[in-house]
Amino acid sequence: MKDKIMVKHLDTVVVLFSGDSGDGMQLAGNMFSSISAVLGNDICTFPDYPAEIRAPHGSLGGVSGYRVHIGAEKVYTPGDKCDVLVAMNPAALKTQIKYLTPKSTIIIDTDTFDEMELTKAQFNTDDPFAELGIKNEVIAAPITSMCKESLKGMGLDNKSMVRCKNMMALGLVCWLFNRPVDYAEKLLRAKFAKKPLVAEANVKVLNDGYNYGHNIHASITTTYSIETENREKGMYTDISGNKATAYGLIAAAEKAGLELYLGSYPITPATDILHELAKHKSLGVKTVQCEDEISGCASAIGAAFAGDLAVTTTSGPGICLKSEAINLAVMAELPLVIIDVQRGGPSTGLPTKSEQTDLLQVLYGRNGESPVPVIAASSPTDCFDSIYQACKVAVEHMTPVFFLSDAFIANGSAAWKLPDLNEYPDIKPHYVLSEQKNNWSPYNRDSHTMARYWAVPGMEGYTHVIGGLEKSSTTGAICYDPGNHEKMVSYRQEKINRIVNEIPDLEIFGDQDADLLVVGWGGTFGHLYSAVALMREAGKKVAFVHFHWISPLPKNTADVLRKFKKIVVAEQNSGQLAGYLRMKIENLPHIYQYNKIQGQPFQVKSLKDAFTKIMEDA
Amino acid sequence: MNNIKFTSKDFMSDQNARWCAGCGDHAFLNSLQKAMAKLNVAPWNTEVISGIGCSSRLPYYVNAYCFHTIHGRALAVATGAKVANPDKSVWTISGDGDGLAIGGNHFIHAIRRNIDINMILLNNKIYGLTKGQYSPTSDRGFISKSSPYGTIEDPFNPAELAIGARGRFFARCVASDIDGTVDVLLAAANHKGTSVVEVLQNCVIFNDGTHDAIATKELRRKNAIYLTHGKPMLFGDDNQYGLVQDGFGLKVAKIGENGVTMENVLVHDAHCQDNTLHMKLAMMEGPDFPVALGVIREVEAPTYDAATVQQIEEVKAVKKYHNFAELLLTNDTWEIK
Repeated sequence: MKDKIMVKHLDTVVVLFSGDSGDGMQLAGNMFSSISAVLGNDICTFPDYPAEIRAPHGSLGGVSGYRVHIGAEKVYTPGDKCDVLVAMNPAALKTQIKYLTPKSTIIIDTDTFDEMELTKAQFNTDDPFAELGIKNEVIAAPITSMCKESLKGMGLDNKSMVRCKNMMALGLVCWLFNRPVDYAEKLLRAKFAKKPLVAEANVKVLNDGYNYGHNIHASITTTYSIETENREKGMYTDISGNKATAYGLIAAAEKAGLELYLGSYPITPATDILHELAKHKSLGVKTVQCEDEISGCASAIGAAFAGDLAVTTTSGPGICLKSEAINLAVMAELPLVIIDVQRGGPSTGLPTKSEQTDLLQVLYGRNGESPVPVIAASSPTDCFDSIYQACKVAVEHMTPVFFLSDAFIANGSAAWKLPDLNEYPDIKPHYVLSEQKNNWSPYNRDSHTMARYWAVPGMEGYTHVIGGLEKSSTTGAICYDPGNHEKMVSYRQEKINRIVNEIPDLEIFGDQDADLLVVGWGGTFGHLYSAVALMREAGKKVAFVHFHWISPLPKNTADVLRKFKKIVVAEQNSGQLAGYLRMKIENLPHIYQYNKIQGQPFQVKSLKDAFTKIMEDA
Repeated sequence: MNNIKFTSKDFMSDQNARWCAGCGDHAFLNSLQKAMAKLNVAPWNTEVISGIGCSSRLPYYVNAYCFHTIHGRALAVATGAKVANPDKSVWTISGDGDGLAIGGNHFIHAIRRNIDINMILLNNKIYGLTKGQYSPTSDRGFISKSSPYGTIEDPFNPAELAIGARGRFFARCVASDIDGTVDVLLAAANHKGTSVVEVLQNCVIFNDGTHDAIATKELRRKNAIYLTHGKPMLFGDDNQYGLVQDGFGLKVAKIGENGVTMENVLVHDAHCQDNTLHMKLAMMEGPDFPVALGVIREVEAPTYDAATVQQIEEVKAVKKYHNFAELLLTNDTWEIK
């Protein structure tokens, strides 16, 4: 029968692992992406899980999914639809059906498709496929019972045996994609190094899953292979946005010769940055899990006052609480990096879902005239480069800096070429100068950047007082003089404006004389880039710019935007960047908006359709 | 450097204090500068961090590394400053509103962590800077602009809160008593861990006379008791009164009356781990009891800042990566050739 199987070569493939939140789908998905990356494929992943730690078993709300997009060349998104759906229970099938195409292959665990589970997933009949109108190719495997059979006699209890079923699914997927399982074996043995029996059980189930695939040839018509194209040479690892953010902070501190301080309070989806940094005490990283968000920020300001590279991490609700303290950093002109991993809002909102709805909050959500630089990362791996820039600006320009990420890129991962710090720009903290000793006041400024100077406790000859009250621009003493206040307001703004000299210009991707310019910012880069690339392949004249720095805006922003007849700003909010650009730049062409606020990543196809429609609009 | 002798003047800034004439803050500032001179820690190795309120203006009048922060957050800022730069001497200045109302959460958690900072709580039982509202230490029924018919809530006793939050050091003094204040400030600075010093202080404008019963040396002999570790708890013009145990509580007894002798008088043990008696001493108030002054509780415990340094050293010794390049190689990697 074997010769009947067709091996289909694909450029990219999307596999969606889904099941109950206790089914181990995040691990299976993550391992499949690692296996593929090691083989030289590019990867982009998207974990999508419920806010509840354990939602009711088998329920629609308890489905946890992990999407892996694998490509021969660079892939920018986790994919709109999946080529293979693994559905470990009826609830997973029902909730993930929206990601199927007519050609998708479905793998199910038949053991879970019983009356009880079907009822929990709110099916009305005993044929879920007919009920959902699914006509796809299905590999219906008794995964749970095969798993138990496989582990019989190894001395594991029933619960531990069933827990290995995700590896049965992974083995089957590996067979489907012609992927050897040896690297997966290595990962399992490392993960369960302290529990050798569990490691071997998982390895056995993995292999049995693979072999099962081999033996069921008759029931399937196609397997897939993805070739590897030439990629940039070097060492790679798989990294999530939150981990890349933590690494960027460590790298920046090392480059600046500063110790790293994090003041934080746990909040989804930012907590993994705290977890990551807390591990690295051998690099001298200090992490304080504070009593609240306010203290997270205020303690970081104290650490900045005392001479550390100071950071606070949070998500939108935490920014609300930190705002007053952030303004203290604005007024005291201390370096502070504020990380906002955005999630759905307002209020508690959608804690595990992604949005870009905090932009105006970080730009303007404080009392008084309070300018703060804002940079937004565009992908999991870009978190490293963008946070590095945020740190550099903070300590060189003596200002708090916002770094925006979002749940999508924070939890998503991609293959990352290990960086060489020697290739990154120097970071030079703006310390007081020796000639200023005993003749210095805290609001003396660098005439070039307008930054004040940093005097750290322990430096003799630079004792001073700073604080939240307005100060004289010359003496640094409390000063309520009207003219002085206006001057200080303008100095603080001018200091931020001048950062523009150090940030890169906007780059136009696509046709300089395009009929439409697509504008984006932050974590939507991959989807927007892919949509524009596909439109160009189809012969459309379209261009794309993506903002990293939003405050200040890159120097060429007005020139770039005015070049085009039509502009569409696409973002996961109601039009925050669009409104900001309209306010900041005069004489722009009409700005169209594309807005989606569903807590889910953009879909490349929807973007393409919407942009095409705008192009056709007279 | 250790030989350098500083004077109060070295800790004075060029700014003139702007508190009301007769405000207790003036006297406290004077005591603080005297204590700093005696400690012989250089101004550039000293940090003074405050919140918001009348007393929180104090950093402007001190020559050191000073930070006038935002309402209630002095302790949070100081926590970061101490962890970042642990060999500096860190003082925080708060009032009863700043420290116990808006900053109450940081108050209990800083104490729980036992971070080595000297926390000054200037308690005048009123909001002065906002012109006369009741505070979390105002007595029940207190009439103020925001409680014209009297408050209907009980106050905090700062000592009860501090000791309840596992406080290891609590001392109390009266702002107008310079010697008594300098003594407890020195003890607070020398204690490793969070030292809470409650300074009873008068607000001449909005709450004049709130601490009148212990305002002068003569009155304090009668209405207060200075506690010294290892010394019997005696007070009165001729030390004729002593504190004795009475069932589960304390009692004031006259020596020589009703069979009470010096044998019966309790000897102060500030270092006792059990805080039961410290709490009772700290809660004493007139007219039945003298107000306890001096160091009421002082016990050793690991400090957060020292533990931070120690943990970093321990992990450094065990882990094999010590810079960013080495960190990268701790990941699962693959090579594209």
